[in-house]
Amino acid sequence: MTGPQIVIVGAGPAGIRAAETLAAAGLRPTVIDEGARAGGQIYRRPPDGFTRPPETLYGSQAAKAVALHTAFDRLAAAGRIVHLPRHSVVALAGGVLHAVGDGGSRRIGYDRLILATGATDRLAPVPGWQAPGVYSLGAMQIALKAQGIAMGRRIVLAGSGPLLTLLATQLLKAGAGVAAVLDTAALRGQLAAFPDLAVRPSFALQGLAMRARLGRLYHAGVALEAIEASSTGVTAVRWKDAGGRTRRTACDAVGLGWHLRAECQLADLAGCRFAYDTTWAQWLPCADRMGRAGDAVYLAGDGLRLLGADGAEVAGRLAASACLSDLGLPGPDGTADLKRLDRLDRFARGIARAFPWPADQVRALPDDAVLCRCEGVTAGSVRQTAAYGGAEANRVKSLGRAGMGRCQGRYCQIAASDLIASASGLAHAGEAGRLRAQAPIRPTAIGEWLEQE
Amino acid sequence: MSGMAGGRLVRLAETGRAPVRFLLDGVERVALAGDTVLTAVLTNAPALRQAEFGPEQRAGFCLMGACQDCWIWQEQGPRIRACSTPVADGMRLLTRTREDWP
Repeated sequence: MTGPQIVIVGAGPAGIRAAETLAAAGLRPTVIDEGARAGGQIYRRPPDGFTRPPETLYGSQAAKAVALHTAFDRLAAAGRIVHLPRHSVVALAGGVLHAVGDGGSRRIGYDRLILATGATDRLAPVPGWQAPGVYSLGAMQIALKAQGIAMGRRIVLAGSGPLLTLLATQLLKAGAGVAAVLDTAALRGQLAAFPDLAVRPSFALQGLAMRARLGRLYHAGVALEAIEASSTGVTAVRWKDAGGRTRRTACDAVGLGWHLRAECQLADLAGCRFAYDTTWAQWLPCADRMGRAGDAVYLAGDGLRLLGADGAEVAGRLAASACLSDLGLPGPDGTADLKRLDRLDRFARGIARAFPWPADQVRALPDDAVLCRCEGVTAGSVRQTAAYGGAEANRVKSLGRAGMGRCQGRYCQIAASDLIASASGLAHAGEAGRLRAQAPIRPTAIGEWLEQE
Repeated sequence: MSGMAGGRLVRLAETGRAPVRFLLDGVERVALAGDTVLTAVLTNAPALRQAEFGPEQRAGFCLMGACQDCWIWQEQGPRIRACSTPVADGMRLLTRTREDWP
């Protein structure tokens, strides 16, 4: 069949629903994904041979997970989509994607591109976070779901956002040792956001019920002071409770995370515009309500707007509908989905306000705290670089290497911008500019490219 | 903390899988079929590698291929990203670079 070549990057909830919508219209999209099996991170599937049922893996969301997995597997088995698993798209230029996988590198041309690249945890540095045994909250959830593993015997979870409570509940249920759940969000702010959270009452109630189950493990309004470690790894977390008392919790693993950071390197390479969003405390790509982001590029899911898995399914359908409509092909009516998206957006912004980015903690980092885990760049070094080199994220990267390491700023850039802004008297981190993405967006062996020439 | 000698990770479920044998720093170790290299190593040892820019060791961070913290050496040279590579029988992994390498 010849038709327009549509490529979807990412096989999470957004990518799967986009693929399904295009296939239903008679097109045969290619879906490129880093995972071995479709599902994305939140609905990630364990490898073959694992036996826990979906109810154990995904809890109350099991039916949604199964529906997505089944829909995708059916399309792939019927040859109605082309699935390229275990492939990373590392670069993009002139309508061609450069992907790297087990079989080497390949170039994939497209007429239309749907980016459904999802999100990572949003991280704020805590002094000592470079020690072995410190993980993102998402990492701990992936280990539990996809490997049946707890990342330690005595775990402290710290940060803020829905995942903090959810993961704590899941770990306890699976029999892991959880020593404390430390939320940097104050209860007062959480209550103030309640009117927005109430637009999804079942989700809000589930959150409250989970919180109740954590009982005395959970502490709100915490200030994280340091992660202590020996040569073999983490030994304790030092923190201040809401009353200002210093506490120390012994542990051998720490999970950290403050909600989500949109993964938008490919959108950047594709030429999308960005705007700083103060609610989310990060730069997000610009698109119309359907996900059109210019020049045959469409965005969907958490890589565009941090609405979570339900929002990603909706956004995936909408982006595919926009794509079909732009090709002059009939597609599904998106009116109901657009309405749904508005409600999910209100809820998500409520979540963002209830569990905010810990700007004060970042600005108070001692000079010797490691900011960049890749290369050990300290908070003091970023402050100094901003002072002599200029209060701009890309300059601080060039001159001081914050954001230059292997993760390309994914885990330090938001905090670095906060430090630059506070060291230079800027109103907010957005005024420190946006770190530009650079290809390849994943480390790639030189040999992958030499063989092609 | 006690018990780190046996590795930092704890298996909570899915323990009925077939064993996979691999070498870690020259010593034979056992993992389970379906383990990632990260799971295989860290159920046996506290870390994957030495940090290049600090005194500490590293044991991975994001487990979703984004942070690049978990690259581990193999005896034959190429490094692999431990969180996204399945362990395989006969793998020869190193938590430190070989002393005979230039």
